[in-house]
Amino acid sequence: MKKFIVATVIGFLVYLLLTTSSGNDFFIWSYSEIVVGIIFAIIVGIIVRNVFIKDNFRMLNPVRWLVLLVYLIGPFFISMARANLDVAYRVITGRINPGIVKIDPKLKTDLGVTMLANSITLTPGTLSVDVDEDKNQLYIHWINVKEDALKKKPRDCKYVCGGFPKWVRRIAE
Amino acid sequence: MIEIIIYVFLGIGVFFNLLASFGLIRFPDVYTRLHAGTKCTTFGSIFLSLAVIMYGLRLWYLEGFNSGNSVLVIHTIIALICILVTNPTGAHAIARAAHRSGVMPAKAVVDDLKDDRKKGRGRKKK
Repeated sequence: MKKFIVATVIGFLVYLLLTTSSGNDFFIWSYSEIVVGIIFAIIVGIIVRNVFIKDNFRMLNPVRWLVLLVYLIGPFFISMARANLDVAYRVITGRINPGIVKIDPKLKTDLGVTMLANSITLTPGTLSVDVDEDKNQLYIHWINVKEDALKKKPRDCKYVCGGFPKWVRRIAE
Repeated sequence: MIEIIIYVFLGIGVFFNLLASFGLIRFPDVYTRLHAGTKCTTFGSIFLSLAVIMYGLRLWYLEGFNSGNSVLVIHTIIALICILVTNPTGAHAIARAAHRSGVMPAKAVVDDLKDDRKKGRGRKKK
């Protein structure tokens, strides 16, 4: 039941976002859109309640969303800007030193691994290629492999993804 | 003032999207091309979207709360979130499919995934 309510409320909020400025009855929504939105949200909630939420309600905590927002605006955006300047430099000069390395971020949940993989793909010269689902280890294609990082296996996480696992652990675990 | 910011954002966005297309030509293999194709286009698209959001916010502010301009702002924010989620996901899918079908990275210094595949680990059991 709780799964159904959460899925319905989130569906309704997305519907409201997609139908902004439909009228002036309730702030910037018209009553007809709200009624239709409630009906569709209930149908969608019945269908997706077991797919959308697997086993826990950890992400309902608003503090996690706040940390996610801080993470996106702060460290993530900065390293993304640096990554883009780095890749721009490599596009212009053509100096690359690529390779696939394996890292062990020591995350436990699927959501955490997904978030880390997406963050890694969007930041400094790295692209996640594959995942070892038993141990939650990631294979990363790295455009400029540093010699220091190749000493031990799995490779040291700090060269590839910096402080991301710490943030992701705070958000998703 | 706000128009200058919008133009600057548009300029940055177009510049990075242009770099991405250069990268597609200059880089040697599929993985490095994906680097150019994901990062630069995402960054460029973020700045283009920010320009649209600024423009929409300005219109929304100038014409009043109920004027119907919120649609530009909010839909662009949703599009931005979708780009941020789907672009790396598509890159993972392409990279994984390429490696599984035997495309090895060009000029690779190290390839842990290939070594693990040979040992029979790293392959998913099904």
